Amino acid sequence: MTLTHEPIEGEHFIVVSETTGDEWEIVVGLEVHCELATTTKLFCGCPNMFGDEPNTNVCPVCLGLPGSLPVLNENVVELAMRLGRALQCSVEPSVFARKNYFYPDMPKDYQVTQFDKPITLDGWLDLPDGTRVGIERAHIEEDTGKNSHAGGSGRIHGADYSLVDYNRAGVPLVEIVGRPHIRHPEQAKTYIDELRAILLTTGASDAKMEEGSLRVDANVSVRRVGDTALGTRCEVKNLNSLRSLGRAIEYEARRQVDLLETGERIKQETRHWDEGAGRTRPGRSKEEAEDYRYFQEPDLVPLAPSAEWIAAIDAAMPPLPAARRAALALASGLAPTESSIVIAVQRDLDQLALSTIANGADAKRVLTHVEHNLSADGVAELDPASFAELVSLELGGQLTATQAKTVLAEMVTSGRAPSDIAAELGFEAMDSSELEGIVDGLIAECPEEWTEFCGGDDKKRSKLQGFFTGKIMKATKGQADGKAVAALLEARRAERL
Amino acid sequence: MSSLPITAIEIASAVRSGSLSAREVLDDHLSRIEEREGEIHAFNLVMVDEARAAAAAVDAIVAAGGDPGPLAGVPLALKDNLCTRGIPTTCSSRILEGWRPPYDATVVQRVNAAGAVSIGKTNLDEFAMGSSTENSAFGPTRNPRDIGRVPGGSSGGSAAAVAAGFAPISLGSDTGGSIRQPAALCGVVGVKPTYGLVSRYGLIAFASSLDQVGPFSTTVADSALLLEAIAGHDNRDSTSIDSPSPSLLESLDGGVDGLRIGLVTELMGEGIAPDVAARVRQAADALTAAGAQVGEVSVPAAAYGLSAYYLIAPAEASSNLARYDGVRYGMRVDAPTTAEMNAATRSAGFGDEVKRRIMLGTYALSAGYYDAYYGKALKVRTLIVRDFERAYADFDLLLTPTSPTTAFRFGDKTADPLSMYLNDICTIPTNLAGHPAMSVPFGGGADGMPVGVQLLAPALAEATMFRAAAVLEAAAPALDEVWS
Amino acid sequence: MPVRLTRDEVAKVADLARLQLTDADLERYTEQLGAVLDHAEDVASLNLDDVPPTSHPLPLVNVLRADVIVEGVDREEVLSQAPSVEDRRFRVPAILGEEP
Repeated sequence: MTLTHEPIEGEHFIVVSETTGDEWEIVVGLEVHCELATTTKLFCGCPNMFGDEPNTNVCPVCLGLPGSLPVLNENVVELAMRLGRALQCSVEPSVFARKNYFYPDMPKDYQVTQFDKPITLDGWLDLPDGTRVGIERAHIEEDTGKNSHAGGSGRIHGADYSLVDYNRAGVPLVEIVGRPHIRHPEQAKTYIDELRAILLTTGASDAKMEEGSLRVDANVSVRRVGDTALGTRCEVKNLNSLRSLGRAIEYEARRQVDLLETGERIKQETRHWDEGAGRTRPGRSKEEAEDYRYFQEPDLVPLAPSAEWIAAIDAAMPPLPAARRAALALASGLAPTESSIVIAVQRDLDQLALSTIANGADAKRVLTHVEHNLSADGVAELDPASFAELVSLELGGQLTATQAKTVLAEMVTSGRAPSDIAAELGFEAMDSSELEGIVDGLIAECPEEWTEFCGGDDKKRSKLQGFFTGKIMKATKGQADGKAVAALLEARRAERL
Repeated sequence: MSSLPITAIEIASAVRSGSLSAREVLDDHLSRIEEREGEIHAFNLVMVDEARAAAAAVDAIVAAGGDPGPLAGVPLALKDNLCTRGIPTTCSSRILEGWRPPYDATVVQRVNAAGAVSIGKTNLDEFAMGSSTENSAFGPTRNPRDIGRVPGGSSGGSAAAVAAGFAPISLGSDTGGSIRQPAALCGVVGVKPTYGLVSRYGLIAFASSLDQVGPFSTTVADSALLLEAIAGHDNRDSTSIDSPSPSLLESLDGGVDGLRIGLVTELMGEGIAPDVAARVRQAADALTAAGAQVGEVSVPAAAYGLSAYYLIAPAEASSNLARYDGVRYGMRVDAPTTAEMNAATRSAGFGDEVKRRIMLGTYALSAGYYDAYYGKALKVRTLIVRDFERAYADFDLLLTPTSPTTAFRFGDKTADPLSMYLNDICTIPTNLAGHPAMSVPFGGGADGMPVGVQLLAPALAEATMFRAAAVLEAAAPALDEVWS
Repeated sequence: MPVRLTRDEVAKVADLARLQLTDADLERYTEQLGAVLDHAEDVASLNLDDVPPTSHPLPLVNVLRADVIVEGVDREEVLSQAPSVEDRRFRVPAILGEEP
């Protein structure tokens, strides 16, 4: 089977069957659970903390002791609404429900969650590639404790017994249910990246996949290109990294296409990703699904945030990644999907870029530096006016690209003016006769290489161009302009031929 | 018999003034317990050491010139579904046997802070499910008026403790009548407050949207005193009403002159024993004589209350009782897997009635039946609320029997759960509406056993309800007065 | 007349509720629960399409607490109540079923 990575007809990602040549489309919807960055748990005053000694952050409420009662954390509501509004959802009057099932990491043997009336509904998330992924809902629920499996294999199956730590029980989660608008494993990863950026921007979560504060389940189905109905989906769990997410979707799509092409049907089920084996394994099927007996949680009262509260959240909403990309696109004349723009926002350097452009610097050059020469950290000393001056020196020919990069690095650490740094490093534009002298001297020193350069094929010439450029840069201590060197070499070759 | 004061108000007053010590009061009550507890079995646990320490603390405060509070030195019995820190709290279930909660219920904190001396944990139908205390895993409580009869339930132990003079006041919980019905059967006062008036924090849940803690006492005034002490907002209970504790004692003598009181026709006919109905009519006459305008009123949806209740309460219970799984506390029956251990533990730890209700509730909530059963019951709840609203447009209070019959004999209703459930027909509608109601002793039935009449009031109208209760108390015929 | 509660339904419900029933239990509960549900038919047969449900007797909304740490309970006190503890965690037998 061939996996076509090039988008065909828009953003679709196609699996081409090796046996039939048929084209299949992957359809993915993601469910993301993320822990909210509150001080305390959802329904009690225990610390919401990762990595403490087992069973230290517990009280009668989060241990589900008889007689205990939940009281909702105001900050959970605040953060859930911030996230919901950032995902363009409406905030609705909501209620909590009990989802009833037995599991030892769940102290009450029911989970308090939101079922038919979630706090936020119906929004979207715009990906950097321009795709708009619908958000069905984002709702509040409580986390479970942690089981660790002892004896036997150490995994759940084959373990002799398990040990339960309830520190995580009752930690507030938001579950973000995305619509099946994702068509590509890479797009799924981008969606998570984008969602993480929103979670961080809004302060809703630290969104660390490796610590489990952000967990992703993928609903994957396939259908023939052109079909509009959705295929039967499988829910893939145990995705502990972005890499797993991409691999699991790809594996699952291939598995489903294989089955369908041999005339079999897809069984709706939960499947678990095995990172080591690189495959998904079957879990519970739809038929065996539990009967959760949802009903309204009688120990809590409905939630109906006031219009004022919602308005205050909207008013305080920080600029979100999509809006930031749009602003940078407008200022630079580039498309918002341009990698330099996406990266500038990802690295939180868009404000610096905008200010530098506003100082009159060439936008593309600014974004090139942001993309290649600056990192997310340690640019505090870089002031937009100086950055703009650097770009202007570079474009004016006073600094070569290499020199500009060196100067920029020094500006970031020292905060000094680019002209001062350039002068101190002895970077001055080299006049052309001086460069000609060096080039001609080198040609004389290396006649064999020069002959090969002039007569060789493109590949050989390209290699030898590197050879000559390197020697020239060494001789000029990097002050030569790479473009001028290339032009001069080409001119001498043309003269010889 | 001792000549010590009997009511909580008298005891507290004497202790606060220094004329009587909490220790003397306690000793007096412990001796009564010593005398009759063997035949009554009101308690799962008598907290002798803790009570002595609490009484000593009260006496020390008085000796130092301080005020221990409105319940100073008053012995008080706690239903054994109220959490007491470090003291076994069982719900009269094997599954919780030996469990010592790491915290006190809010009402326990409040009575302690008011100077009361908690003397023990009282018996109940397991997890408060029952109307006779026969469902206790530790054996039934006997009615102090006739030990061949049930004390009612589920708070049978708390009712019997007061009726037997083991304590002047006690706390129970009422989900469908579990305070009022045993109060009626034992001949004491029992109050179910407005839902949300008293904190449920630390009350082990049966049905969360119906449960409410309330007082038992021998006098109406003592119930007012105790309710004042336990009522009021608690920020650990989301369903706690954010208002201060009501003033009940100061208006207790207000009388019923001009009050409109409705006799609920649906609860005076079929299913109500004639001697009980006659006492209710006699009570209505007493209220009229005291200046109230008594009329008949229809609350049609009350007829559906029983069915709605026996879907809603078990549904909530099925979820509330899931946590007894053998993992964190209480009993465990070992098995190779956790799922098998859960099932083995629950099967051994729960009694018959609890299992029955868990299954009934699980069924009512399960896929395919939710709409027909649980969903319908929630709608009936709306009808009941609406019918009460209509009734309270014309009446300040309603009057009904508390229980269809006087105390029945052991074993009479245990074989047929439905016949037991029918005991709750008069008390259930108020729980569904969340309103207050109370039972006041009003003479005896044909068998000489106590009859209770029930006063119902709109939400938070406890003060009015207590005024009428005081009038009924004053007018009540003696228990041994010949029934005609 | 509605269809009577069946033995299989009772068995399924017992399974959901993690209760083990003997055959005799099953027989008895099927009969007793059937009788209660028959009584509940007065409710189940009502047409209440236009009536909203009441889940709760109080009209309260938005009961919230500040996001402030409150001291919990002592770990040793909690663990001392557990049927089985190892390494300061609650010990349970093998877990076979998967988490939803």
